[in-house]
Amino acid sequence: MDISFKQVSHTYQVNSPFEYHALKSLDFDIKSGQFVAIVGHTGSGKSTLIQHLNGLLKPTSGEVVIGDYRLKADEKTANIKGLREKVGVVFQYPEHQLFEETIEKDIAFGPKNFGASDETIQARIPKILEAVNLDVALLNRSPFDLSGGQMRRVAIAGVLAMEPDVLVLDEPTAGLDPRGQQEIMDMFYKLHHEKGLTTILVTHSMEDALKYADHVIILEQGKKYLEGKPEDIFVQQARLKQVQLDVPEEIQFLMDLEKRLGMTIHYEKQSVDDLADTIKHRLGGGQ
Amino acid sequence: MASSLIIGQYVPADSVVHRLDPRTKIMMIFTFVIIVFFANNAPSYLWLTVFSLGAATLTKIKPRFLLKGLKPVWFLIVFTFLLHLFVTREGDVLTTLLGFPVYTGALIQGFQISLRFFLLILVTSLLTLTTTPIEITDAIETLLHPLKKIKFPVHELALMMSISLRFIPTLMQETEKISKAQASRGVDFKTGPLKERIQAVVPLLVPLFVSAFKRAEELAMAMEARGYRGGEGRTRLRELAIVSRDYIAFCLFFIVIAGLFVLRG
Repeated sequence: MDISFKQVSHTYQVNSPFEYHALKSLDFDIKSGQFVAIVGHTGSGKSTLIQHLNGLLKPTSGEVVIGDYRLKADEKTANIKGLREKVGVVFQYPEHQLFEETIEKDIAFGPKNFGASDETIQARIPKILEAVNLDVALLNRSPFDLSGGQMRRVAIAGVLAMEPDVLVLDEPTAGLDPRGQQEIMDMFYKLHHEKGLTTILVTHSMEDALKYADHVIILEQGKKYLEGKPEDIFVQQARLKQVQLDVPEEIQFLMDLEKRLGMTIHYEKQSVDDLADTIKHRLGGGQ
Repeated sequence: MASSLIIGQYVPADSVVHRLDPRTKIMMIFTFVIIVFFANNAPSYLWLTVFSLGAATLTKIKPRFLLKGLKPVWFLIVFTFLLHLFVTREGDVLTTLLGFPVYTGALIQGFQISLRFFLLILVTSLLTLTTTPIEITDAIETLLHPLKKIKFPVHELALMMSISLRFIPTLMQETEKISKAQASRGVDFKTGPLKERIQAVVPLLVPLFVSAFKRAEELAMAMEARGYRGGEGRTRLRELAIVSRDYIAFCLFFIVIAGLFVLRG
């Protein structure tokens, strides 16, 4: 589904001493099937933006269009439940939303709310468990017996079970160990391609944004600061520095390489191994 | 939902009322709650209204914000008024409304009781609006200190209070977060039959309890790790001190009380 924000502003607690402008006339488009990373500091408006994607919040002015759905201030959106079925949101620390007695019931909770039949859900569950790398034997256990990482996977499975077209991820790897982070991100990347999802990833990690996204939006104090392809955005060290963001490790390394050894390698999303090979080659190692 | 109610919320501002010692404010408001019931005629009610509105003005909080914040309570005030209007049968019949006779006594009493109600809520909410929860618990701890002689656990009580006050906003945030997460999974909290809406609370309450217990455990652990061992011999970070403006406030308040007893019939 295509998503577009047209001059979207959002203000919390209008007309009170606590009035706060979280989004300021935000304008951007996301094409169906894109993997978009939204990067910005705490307080830049990322969480507010996310909540506009499935109608938890409405713009105070401007409009949000998601597929056939339209969110506009003072306008009742028809069939908001339908929108929430199409747009799956994995919130920060999603394991905090687990509540059922068994893992199976918790995964089935979402689709059931949207009216999926028991057979459909049962058919989905094994595939989803495989995708999030959980053992089928766990299905009848309580989600509260699991480790933090496993709970996270169950919660993610609960969102995937709704089979959304758009997947919104709010720092899905926060608080996991490095290996868990890598596994979860690779899983989302794979799902993105296999199911042709539109994925929106909110992250603090420039490395993840560079590696997975094909479009990056940088937010700063509720406004769009930069937008474009990751390989174009992340080389603008000076502009990133202005908003206290770092250049991803890979690009930083290539910049240092150029400065110290005069070796110029153009970054076009090569893997770390490929980069190492290129450097070896250039240094004359060859074999 | 939570943002419209201002009772219990602290609004920072630089005003005389904010700077008063919390003990002064608590004692004055406590006394006010009692003396409101002594007002029994128009001048005495007017006198108290002037005092309350004056105090509210001194806080430098916008009146519009105050009135908006009391919105949920308006319903109760209006309800009280209507109840008295139709139930009380004193004085002469004034008119008939919806087939019920309305007495003059009912009109006066209804008005007085609702005004009393309004003043009570306004003045008590001024306490929390101008005093941080920490200040309030500190004040309660010192005010209750004499009860220690009869083995009343004053410090523990104050600690419990400050911990619960500290965690109200946290739990509110948590509630909002979880309800949003569940709404994204298709839970409908706002529409649908009553039975379904009650059932919709389960996915909200279970995670909330889980996290509250977890937080309590972590807090207890952190306190022990930092050597907490109760109130005996513990020094204070914030010392409360009664200064001249508190004495002035007391004097003014005494005039209010005296005036009330002069004016009441």
